[in-house]
Amino acid sequence: MNRKAYNAAAVAAEIAVPVALLVAWQAWTVHANDPRFPRLSTILVQFRELWLFSEFNLHVVPSLERIGLGFGIAVVLGIALGVPLGLSRWGRIIAMPHVEWWRAMPPPALLPISIVLLHSIGNRQKVAFIAFFCLFPILLNTIDGVRGIDPALLDTARSYGIRRFERIRRIVLPGALPQIFAGLRTSLSLAVIMMVLTEYFSSSSGVGYVLLISKNTLQLAPMWAAIVLIGVLGYLLNLALILVERRVLAWHRGWRAAVVQ
Amino acid sequence: MSAYAGHLLEIRNVGKTYGSGPKATHAIDDVSFAVEDREFVCVVGPSGCGKTTLLKCVGGLLRPSKGQVLLRGKPVTSPPEEMALVFQEYGRSLMPWASVRNNVLLPLRHKALGRKERRALVEEALDAVGLTRFIDHYPWQLSGGMQQRVAIARALAYQPSILLMDEPFASVDAQTRADLEDLVLRVREEFAVTILFVTHDIDESVYLSDRVVVLTQAPTEVKEIAEVDLPFPRDQIATKELPDFTQLRGHIYRLIRREHVEPAEDLATATATKGEQE
Repeated sequence: MNRKAYNAAAVAAEIAVPVALLVAWQAWTVHANDPRFPRLSTILVQFRELWLFSEFNLHVVPSLERIGLGFGIAVVLGIALGVPLGLSRWGRIIAMPHVEWWRAMPPPALLPISIVLLHSIGNRQKVAFIAFFCLFPILLNTIDGVRGIDPALLDTARSYGIRRFERIRRIVLPGALPQIFAGLRTSLSLAVIMMVLTEYFSSSSGVGYVLLISKNTLQLAPMWAAIVLIGVLGYLLNLALILVERRVLAWHRGWRAAVVQ
Repeated sequence: MSAYAGHLLEIRNVGKTYGSGPKATHAIDDVSFAVEDREFVCVVGPSGCGKTTLLKCVGGLLRPSKGQVLLRGKPVTSPPEEMALVFQEYGRSLMPWASVRNNVLLPLRHKALGRKERRALVEEALDAVGLTRFIDHYPWQLSGGMQQRVAIARALAYQPSILLMDEPFASVDAQTRADLEDLVLRVREEFAVTILFVTHDIDESVYLSDRVVVLTQAPTEVKEIAEVDLPFPRDQIATKELPDFTQLRGHIYRLIRREHVEPAEDLATATATKGEQE
């Protein structure tokens, strides 16, 4: 197969498989006629009515804001803490046991604390919750990325009298960036999980809230529509991050190909 | 700067020990020699004799355990602004995320220069190593020899008075190596720099330098300092056919081979090599 035909076949497969799955789902739900599994067409109509028009501002926007804020805080904190820890052995000796302990904590285990201590889990707590659990993948990957920077490069910078701050900006950060992005990808999918979890647990708005209400009132089509929406949101957010990464780390793909060769 | 009348660079009783107590490794025992302004001095020695360690001490990247390095009579305690270091690992000392231009620009960013001056220095240096056409390439798009030329251009753009080179051509093929040797001889004239060049290649040391410092195995001392009275400009064929060249090359070979025959502490050599890579 030549390259063009190969690419065309790849794109076709990428589209054909999900379409086939959706068609199969529709056929099965029509055939089964089970109220617990509404027809795909019903779910999609519901999806359009719920999410694309009336409820978008009311529920999708708050959810996206929480993800954005929580994830953003985690990015800033993860890099700001990860760089010094990556550079300092003593910093790691002191901080790593704590990092490992909190990292091992399952997110739902902290929800009750948040409820008890703060009476209700408001918007600020949700954002803090998302930020907290998104922090660790970014933090650990930043530390690893910084530690993995070639000492020859740092020696070169030092021999040219480049000062610490400038070394971090010109060498440490760009050198650690490929690995930081690996952390960002993990964290972004965690952010979606945390968003649903906190909204499902206690909220008056958001996609997770709609999921809860429709479950409680046994409105199964809206419930399925909410699940579809969460999937679409996660997919699109990840896609956006991949596009950013492709731009920012264009050098990295070329470099890796050259090194492997 | 030139008010100082003594040696440009003096390595005075420099020693380097890694670790302490019974496990201590004496990488360098006691090394002394001087480098004059505009001189080209090569340091050769058996592998694992602490050449890289020595050069890092000279460049202010490592603190010697004893003795000191004097630049125009002043002790070197941190990397001096008038020295630039070129490492053996060109692939590792260039930033893969930056273009050739930005790699050469790196050490100029914190110098008190205007935008135009920086640009001119970068372009002049890349022109001197023949890489003007590749200014917007990434280092990994270039061959090994070209990458090392980028590293040399970066050192030249920094405008040092002393260029320290640590086995810079050890990992390129023979033809490229000969080209790079001639390039270094040419830029030495063009940029009026003093060069301290570490190599394990005896032919290379004689071909390039005014003087060759021959080191012993670890714990390292100076075995001999040989004057190279070969005429300039040097030529890869003509110079290497001169009787003086063959004679001197043979002399240094014998000095180093005798080193190898002598029963040396293998452990010391092995750990010194390890220390070198740090």
